[in-house]
Amino acid sequence: MHSEHRNGDTLKIEDLTVSYHTGGTSVQALRSLSLNIRFGETYGIVGESGSGKSTLALAVMGFLPANGAIESGRIIFQGEELRGRSRTAMRALWGMRMALVPQDPLASLNPSLRIGAQVAEVLQQHLGLKGEALRQRVLELLRTVRLSDPERVYASYPHQVSGGQQQRALIAMALSTEPELLVLDEPTTGLDTTTQAAVLDLIRDLMRVRGTAALYVTHNLGVVARVCDRVAVLYAGELVEDGPTNGLYRQPLHPYTRGLLDSVPRLGENKSAVRLRSIQGSIPALDELPGGCIFRPRCSLAIEICKQDPPLNPSGEGRTSRCHRWEEILRGEVSARQKTPDASLAKPHTARDETILGMEEVEVHFHRGLTLREMITAGRPPGVRAVDGVDLQVGRGSTLGLVGESGSGKTTLARAVMGLTPRTAGEMFLLGSELPAGLGQRDKETRTHLQIVIQNPSEALNPYLTIGESLRRPLQTLLGLSRSEADSRVHDLLEAVHLQPEYARRFPVELSGGEKQRVVIARAFTTNPDLLVADEAVSSLDVSVQASILNLLSELQAEHASGMLFISHDLAVVGFLADDIAVIYLGKLMERSPVRTVFDPPYHPYTEALLSAIPLIDPAAEQVEIRLEGEVPAASQIPAGCPFHTRCHRFLGDICVEEKPPWRRNEAGKEIYCHIPLDELERKQSRPFAFDSGMEQRG
Amino acid sequence: MSRFLLRRLAFLLLTLLITSIIVFAVTQLLPGDVARIILGREAGEQALEQLRQKLGLNDPPFVQYGRWLWNFMRGDWGDSFSTRMPIRAVVLQRLRNSLMLAGTIVALALPLALTAGVIAGLNRDRPVDNLISIASLSVVGLPEFVTGLVLIEVLSFKLHILPANSSIPVQASFFEALPMLILPALTATLVLLAYIARLTRAGVIEELKQPYVRTAVLKGLSWTTVTFRHVLRNALLPTITVIAISFGWLISGLIVVENVFNYPGLGRLLVFAIDRRDLPLLQAITMITVLGYALSNLGADLIYAALNPRIRLG
Repeated sequence: MHSEHRNGDTLKIEDLTVSYHTGGTSVQALRSLSLNIRFGETYGIVGESGSGKSTLALAVMGFLPANGAIESGRIIFQGEELRGRSRTAMRALWGMRMALVPQDPLASLNPSLRIGAQVAEVLQQHLGLKGEALRQRVLELLRTVRLSDPERVYASYPHQVSGGQQQRALIAMALSTEPELLVLDEPTTGLDTTTQAAVLDLIRDLMRVRGTAALYVTHNLGVVARVCDRVAVLYAGELVEDGPTNGLYRQPLHPYTRGLLDSVPRLGENKSAVRLRSIQGSIPALDELPGGCIFRPRCSLAIEICKQDPPLNPSGEGRTSRCHRWEEILRGEVSARQKTPDASLAKPHTARDETILGMEEVEVHFHRGLTLREMITAGRPPGVRAVDGVDLQVGRGSTLGLVGESGSGKTTLARAVMGLTPRTAGEMFLLGSELPAGLGQRDKETRTHLQIVIQNPSEALNPYLTIGESLRRPLQTLLGLSRSEADSRVHDLLEAVHLQPEYARRFPVELSGGEKQRVVIARAFTTNPDLLVADEAVSSLDVSVQASILNLLSELQAEHASGMLFISHDLAVVGFLADDIAVIYLGKLMERSPVRTVFDPPYHPYTEALLSAIPLIDPAAEQVEIRLEGEVPAASQIPAGCPFHTRCHRFLGDICVEEKPPWRRNEAGKEIYCHIPLDELERKQSRPFAFDSGMEQRG
Repeated sequence: MSRFLLRRLAFLLLTLLITSIIVFAVTQLLPGDVARIILGREAGEQALEQLRQKLGLNDPPFVQYGRWLWNFMRGDWGDSFSTRMPIRAVVLQRLRNSLMLAGTIVALALPLALTAGVIAGLNRDRPVDNLISIASLSVVGLPEFVTGLVLIEVLSFKLHILPANSSIPVQASFFEALPMLILPALTATLVLLAYIARLTRAGVIEELKQPYVRTAVLKGLSWTTVTFRHVLRNALLPTITVIAISFGWLISGLIVVENVFNYPGLGRLLVFAIDRRDLPLLQAITMITVLGYALSNLGADLIYAALNPRIRLG
């Protein structure tokens, strides 16, 4: 179909400017953006929040919100101008020739219609299919997106299937009419790493087979490296650089691209060897953009000429860069790198002997009420075993990284440590003395020693208190300082997290997400805690901000010699910050290892699968594809024997089903919960990921 | 689902038990000697004592309560103090009337309010939305006796379409009664209209924001399919629940409307019972009212669960 376009551009965007009107003022969310997506090409759009990437996706679909408008420019799809088309005219294209794969799959499906019916709708509308033929076609589509049980998914409501299955159904829907253009808006954000890997494989394979052109919007540089042929980098509404993914990642020609790539810890990098270079400053608001180059205030290369608007310079090999100094960067005369943070590398601490937090056989089980039948027969309902026998230690000044996917029990464990969700069995010790299970049983002294930083800083700060008041409270209530003593401490605390003293008078809404998280971290350190629990503390932040928060955490921790329990789903981030890593699956630990040994065999098979699933920030990286079978079992139906046996690619047989595996330990200090002996694992396994040696090293 | 139903039924029984205690206690606390109320001011002490013996008024309160509850459950609701007639027949007769009126109100209010609310929600902040909001809110501000009297004035006295008096005969069938039901029903509808329409409007606006609506639109579906198949299915859920809950109020709470139209419903019987200090009658009406509320709550829960697969299928 449309063979005349086979070698041409499926989508041409020329000089596109989109603005939003709010309360009498208007801001330009995209300015003069041009790009072409060729037939069969997957074009990545990367940017942080406020970059305009979602606006681009919506503008291309002709579905801007009511207060948004295309101010100038053209969007040409298969030779047809889309700008100015009414919604009625777009309807013939939507779902038929161009389709959207949205983020947040659960919310994107109608909760009260069965999945089969929702996929069928597209085919009914555009191809007029009916009855049994329609049903067969839908089932075929569900098989195409590798759903293992298409009949069941067909008859299910969205909430009855997993996030990965929901997203596959949405992809099936988008592909059902073989559209010429697919717009993917963060389709794997929010999915688990292992699920994400499988969905990315699917997207990549389908694009290759069908020759569909795709616009792939994401903030994740690793995802772009895995699926995109070309990539455009957006910053505050402008395209600052674009080109083939490989070349752009290998040698970025714009300081912002460089900064983004440097902000993200690579798999296997650790704070003891590498400092992350965050980008100084923050993205400017769209109504107060600086004149000239918009990146100038944050750029380490800014000079006089940067006060003039830079053109989009073609830099060869199909690449462009909106930087005055791209040639100098290309020739290696200047480095676009941000300055390394002043502090030196985190020293591997020595005083590991003192155990701050100890856990022995900690369990958190939840029970639902009895049913009538259970009351009569005195049967016990199966409990939800959220955390099921965990032994862990956190030493003074050291960080224990806890990695797990959603539903693994990692947040429940954090809450059990804090006493918010009392453990139901097992022991916990803080500084050698027993830690009571519930918050109510803990004295003020104990609470002072334990602090937490949660994922969303907006939820952690009272919106009606100024930053100063939020910081003063623990000083006065927990430490018993006077008002004036507390005030001077607030000043020091803000300084410690690199915020100006005048922030004390601001309210949380006046701060960016990264600044708020700094305040939350400052508050956590007010009492000089012995243990800090950080639960996905950097997961909702943009990568350039994430880097500075990671640096800050390791800085403060070294200064206070606190122990830290750092919880994340991101193995690269955990690997960067932690001294020891524990991997948790369905409430059970699978592996406990010093960080320097985690990235080399032997691995627990689950760790191995995780490592092979992480999208690496290197298009030329080689990665062994280990994809787990099936879905994570429900926490109320944890498999007997080894809980991982239902999905394990190194499954041995009956022993894994019937017997709990032993903990196996080697000389390097690695501990693995598996029936396979470690030397045998080591023989079978190789590092499932390898970076292209041509990638620039850093340090 | 059966678990859900059993739990709800258990709750319902518990509610009824607790209310029966409260109802009994309150009627006991009311000032005045029951025997004196029945026999009048002139009765002699001996006659009073005899009656007290006969009615068991000298027994301890919990014995009296147990006897009352047991008799009530058997269907023996006692005789009215004021009319000396068996209570059950009267209350059930009035209940039947009230149910007919409530049914008519729902049949009128539901389509009207839902349509208005959906139109307003789909056209948020446009003139038609403002018109619907202003119109429905200005009606709700008026007390029922004002709207009722205006409706009588216009529809009965001026246009002679409907009767002004709704005192339906005792054995009237629903269709015989219908012409007399419309005016009171219309009056109550006007009270409910704004409330339900606002709720529906809010539901529609909330659902339109959901990402699944964008998915549906970007499938290329027609406006009507998106609205009816996707949006309304979810938007009307909370509204339907609220309507089911307000059914309890419609059965016994329409005191003003019943008075204006002289309609023989439970509401007016309640006022009569209070007036005459007719304790057994009061107890019976209150218990029936509570039962009505409890059942309509249960109904609301069941409807919600039936329409919402997230609850139905856990």
